[in-house]
Amino acid sequence: MDLLTDLAIILAKVIGLTFMVVLPLVPICVYFERRFSAIIQDRVGPNRVGIPLTLFGAKKDFHLFGLVQPMADGLKLFLKEDFTPSYVRKSFYWLAPALTVIPSLVTVCVVPFGSPITIGGEAHKLVIADLDVGPLFVFAVSSLTVYGITLAGWSSNSKYPFVGGVRSTAQMISYEIALGLSIIPLLLYYGDLNLSSIVEHQAAHGWLLLPFWGHTADYPLAEKLIFLVPAVIAFIIFTTSIFAETNRMPFDLPECETELVGGYHTEYSSMKFAMFFMGEYAAMVIGSALIVTLFLGGWSMGFGLDQALLKDDAGNWVWFSGLVHMGVFMTKLVAFILFFILVRWTVPRFRYDQLMRLGWVVFFEAALINVFLAAFVIAAPQLGWLSTIAGLVLLAVVTGALVWVLKTSDPKSPPNRGLLGQN
Amino acid sequence: MAVIKVKRPELGAGEKFYLGAIFKGFLVTMKHAIDSLRGKTRGAKDLASSGLGATMQYPEQKWDESMPEYYRGAPALVTDEQDRERCVSCQLCEFICPPKAIKITPGEIPSDDPWAKVEKRPKEFEIDMIRCIYCGMCEEVCPEQAIYLRKDYAITGLDREQMVHDKKRLYEIGGKRVGLVNKWNELK
Repeated sequence: MDLLTDLAIILAKVIGLTFMVVLPLVPICVYFERRFSAIIQDRVGPNRVGIPLTLFGAKKDFHLFGLVQPMADGLKLFLKEDFTPSYVRKSFYWLAPALTVIPSLVTVCVVPFGSPITIGGEAHKLVIADLDVGPLFVFAVSSLTVYGITLAGWSSNSKYPFVGGVRSTAQMISYEIALGLSIIPLLLYYGDLNLSSIVEHQAAHGWLLLPFWGHTADYPLAEKLIFLVPAVIAFIIFTTSIFAETNRMPFDLPECETELVGGYHTEYSSMKFAMFFMGEYAAMVIGSALIVTLFLGGWSMGFGLDQALLKDDAGNWVWFSGLVHMGVFMTKLVAFILFFILVRWTVPRFRYDQLMRLGWVVFFEAALINVFLAAFVIAAPQLGWLSTIAGLVLLAVVTGALVWVLKTSDPKSPPNRGLLGQN
Repeated sequence: MAVIKVKRPELGAGEKFYLGAIFKGFLVTMKHAIDSLRGKTRGAKDLASSGLGATMQYPEQKWDESMPEYYRGAPALVTDEQDRERCVSCQLCEFICPPKAIKITPGEIPSDDPWAKVEKRPKEFEIDMIRCIYCGMCEEVCPEQAIYLRKDYAITGLDREQMVHDKKRLYEIGGKRVGLVNKWNELK
């Protein structure tokens, strides 16, 4: 009986969090993408599709600001002809869409959606799997999506998808390094790889990027403020790398329309295409969930409100706090997705060599130096003034040397004189 | 011709850092977003926008008043001031029509008709609006000035038959046009 209830709880969590929270976020993302890009470009966007009450004899339709549009799109994709070109490698062609969606959905399982919910005197964490290797698990699984994209590009047996797949592979592998290195400072700071405890810590002692409450003797304000320097660097590198990992706009070279038609999913149609689409947006949801969890306090309300409102006298969460926190987390998530969209319509696409340069030359080195910087900041109280200053000077010298080497080793291309250069 | 050498602008340290420019870009896009939400997009008033961005929203708002004089909508037949059909079924428009949208069945005018001297008028006149490309060649070629492109643009139907305008429908759209050619009546 115990085993059964445990299984039931796990199943409820999987269905509830993955299929009722994250999957519906995908169409909502698409809707926001379309509406937000429309208002940025002085347009209207989809604002008509709602509940067609006139079909049932009512006087007026209920347009709901077009919120039903993604459902109509999904229905359209379901009903379209699922065309498989005759020259593709069938098994891989069929496998590829699944391989892009599933890893993105599997990574959901380590994201803490809220503080524990108490049902019947028993606290249930709002995480599917409370792993002690949270971020590492996410990196390990989400990098599997590259298989889907590569297989799609290769098995389509067509040039544009192939180039898209190759680009994607190179890009994802390059940015994974920066992604992994950039969060090492955070892990040094939290001393924990469990995402739930990381969020608990931020709820108690202030978010990593906004540490203005919950000061204790162990976590004084000054230390947190100094740690903001490596934290902001890590945030910039991590966020940018997530953009590259999810193939979002400034780095969407695997599918840039002007060069590669549709990129790796050119040959796909109907629901298979929809799965690529879904995988992409699910990756975006997970990416922003990870950023929110690591840097922006996850589900915590912040400003000391959690402590003041949602804890009872004994210091435990009240029973409904999980739901409130889930709402807070969703709000932050959607806000960050809006930021993703804003970036998409602001920053023009990078050239491929610029992308590789940014990944290998700028971010890799910056993340590496940032690790040492963070280590110094954390170790400073123990080291004493002299060693800290000596260490920082050493770090500065190493950084300067690195920058100098990178600058001088960079081959100077002759200035582009256009046609005049020939004379 | 003097050769002017244009140098690429030197970037300052802040510009090379790139993030400042991105932030400026965010401000620009957000300004557009906020302006379009407030209905203050540049040109929103001139374009009679719906209050969101610069776009007019079609079924509720129509641009009929601002349609230009030269707008080419549905082709239609017109009658003269004495309600005579101007068309003499010479079939020039049928021959010129690039997509072959026009089909005319010519007919004699009986001798007891007051307009018997015109001799001919169309028995049937059909324009397939699925084929029509609104080029206006029929209007240009017509020696009797009987066919005109009107400003109707919302031509809809539930099947192919409904999209074929017959003679009755064409005169309905066209209506009466006064002046013009008067070789058949006493008004000249």
